[in-house]
Amino acid sequence: MGKPSRRQFFKIMGATGAALLAGRGRASASEEHSVNNETVGMLYDATKCVGCKACMSACKRVNSDYGSLAYEQAKFDKDGLWDAPQDLSGSTRTLIKLFKESEKSWSYVKYSCMHCQKPSCVSVCPVSAMTRDKITGTVDYNKNTCIGCRYCQIACAFNIPKFQWDKAIPQIVKCDMCKDTNLVKKGITGCAEACPTGAIMFGKRKELLAEAQKRLLENPGIYVNHIYGEQEVGGTNHLYLSAMPFDKLGLPILTKDVPAEFSEKIQHTIYKGFIAPVALYGTLCFVALKNMKGHESEDKKNRTEDAKEGSDHGA
Amino acid sequence: MGHDEFQKHEAKILTPSFIVLLTLTVIGFALIAVRFIWGLGAVSNMSDGYPWGIWITYDVAVGTAIACGGYGMAILIYIRNKMHYHPMIRSAILTSMFGYGLAGFSVMVDVGRPWNSYNFFIPSKWQANSAMFEVALCVMAYTTVLLLEFLPAVLTTLEKTEWNTLQRFMDMLHKRTGINRPERMDERLESVKELAAWLKPRLDKVLIFVIVLGITLPTMHQSSLGSLLLIASTKLHPLWHTGFLPLLFLINCMFIGYSIAILESVISSYAFKRPFETKELSGIANIIPWLTVIWLTVVIGDLTWRGQLGTALSLDFYSRFFLLDFGLVAGGSLLLFSGRKRESVRWLFVSAAMIVLGGALYRFNVYLIGFNPGKGWHYFPALAELLITVGIVAFEILGYQVLVKILPVLPKLHTRQQLDAKKHDDPVTV
Repeated sequence: MGKPSRRQFFKIMGATGAALLAGRGRASASEEHSVNNETVGMLYDATKCVGCKACMSACKRVNSDYGSLAYEQAKFDKDGLWDAPQDLSGSTRTLIKLFKESEKSWSYVKYSCMHCQKPSCVSVCPVSAMTRDKITGTVDYNKNTCIGCRYCQIACAFNIPKFQWDKAIPQIVKCDMCKDTNLVKKGITGCAEACPTGAIMFGKRKELLAEAQKRLLENPGIYVNHIYGEQEVGGTNHLYLSAMPFDKLGLPILTKDVPAEFSEKIQHTIYKGFIAPVALYGTLCFVALKNMKGHESEDKKNRTEDAKEGSDHGA
Repeated sequence: MGHDEFQKHEAKILTPSFIVLLTLTVIGFALIAVRFIWGLGAVSNMSDGYPWGIWITYDVAVGTAIACGGYGMAILIYIRNKMHYHPMIRSAILTSMFGYGLAGFSVMVDVGRPWNSYNFFIPSKWQANSAMFEVALCVMAYTTVLLLEFLPAVLTTLEKTEWNTLQRFMDMLHKRTGINRPERMDERLESVKELAAWLKPRLDKVLIFVIVLGITLPTMHQSSLGSLLLIASTKLHPLWHTGFLPLLFLINCMFIGYSIAILESVISSYAFKRPFETKELSGIANIIPWLTVIWLTVVIGDLTWRGQLGTALSLDFYSRFFLLDFGLVAGGSLLLFSGRKRESVRWLFVSAAMIVLGGALYRFNVYLIGFNPGKGWHYFPALAELLITVGIVAFEILGYQVLVKILPVLPKLHTRQQLDAKKHDDPVTV
């Protein structure tokens, strides 16, 4: 009894392993995901930004009620005269930061959601609270579905989704391209509308890319020759141009590998059509039932043998 | 394999350890109340960079692996057909039940908007791409399966009970307050007993299908616990980020499960002053090195393939944690390869403890230590955060202690001796 069951056990182990290995194999041999350049986004040109933060204040003015944003107080500012966020947070969707290397070398940078073409946050959300609009490409969040598991925060390579740690009824906060506020009313995002120097350009991704390439061509030597977001994690709808290397602006160095594709391929291979789990259950049931039957008959045999022995002793 | 293999542990419930555990539980639950009133930030050091802290890492990722004793034992008994381990299954299932139940409870403490959890049951909200979705549904299903698997112990007790405590309580009430006993009380109690007696044989018939489900589900969600971190390719250190995460987590939970079964048995034999189950334990210990060898081979093979062996041996911060988890698992397994050491309770305990520690550290490495969201983020759990975890673990041990004293869970001693006798003819081999 022992030997065949051991073999069966290793067979099952092997099958599980093979399924997982197959997942790995297929993950590398998959077709590329398609980028939709008709979707909308923003191009931020750090060389044009003067750091006035009009975009930040416009974002809060437009979205604070709808998006659960709030003004953040600095420690020295007891009267709360200024909004002074240190970083993106549960109260702040967009932020201007200054990176200063020396008196001559410095740059502003604007942070907000990158609106990825294949967003990790959407891929990992267990209850579809994070969604990506197929037409606009906007990555949106629905607090009425969200369970607050914060898997989106783990998944996001840019650390964009923020959680309201200090609230009893918290939610995730991130840019939604003003899709229910300024975009509906004025056809442009709040920050792009407010920017006085044209550092933030709102439009279709193909237009933004064309504009960015034009600026790179027309101003040789000014920019780092790279459009951040064109390729990163499979492409984002929020694009950057800068004179300083992007990693010095706090933007992570990323390849064009799409993390969500890698994880989904493995998950899909294991659970394709739910065949593997059902097959596993069926096989295990078969083995277990066979084993149980074996024991019942063995029990019976033992009992008859016991009875025999008993009668022998009696004799 | 009947219900007469198990017995209650006859001992007092109110012991000093009971009081200590109860105190820790009360502190933990008080802090959970604080968390629900003032938000997660009030009790934890989690941040937007480290959105998962000790609760997810320990209570969920490690806690459910530790709770895989029931899973491991079920594979051993029903699939590998080692029926003589059957007397050990109930205590394994009980600990699994507590482990999984409390992991689920921890998740409800950890998530920000638990009232929205009903969305898991709404098909239009399902998101099959998410490993979290799979883990959540599977863990809920498995907790239900564990309750069903444990039900026979409850039914047996209900069937045989004389309701002594309840009767005494009613008498006391009657004396103190003058409230009359409800007339139909006895009748009703009798019908509960009858119901239990009616249900038990019917449950027994279908139980095997539930048990097999209880083997399938952990296979699914334990591997998915590894899949959870697949997405964090830019944040998880390359020593741990690999497409083999699901496979590694699956094997990891199996050897943790068997090792914890050994530890539990040794500790409860010691604590409840019962004879050690050395024979069964060395039989289980025989399986562990095979699993760990597969695991260690996959780890090394994968590192070599991805060209990360140098990183593993570089002795920096990450490499040291990697070597520690690897070394503990490898060291513990090496001890278990020696037949003589497998016969000694002390060595069994030491090697099982090393493997559990190493296996748990692996999960810590993947979920926390190897996780780096970028510059400027740090995480170390807050005191209140730790106390909530301690409270939940204390409640787990407390529940186990009490239940083995009121329900037939532990193996019956005389059957054990019979087993010993029987095993001389049928030596355990792998």
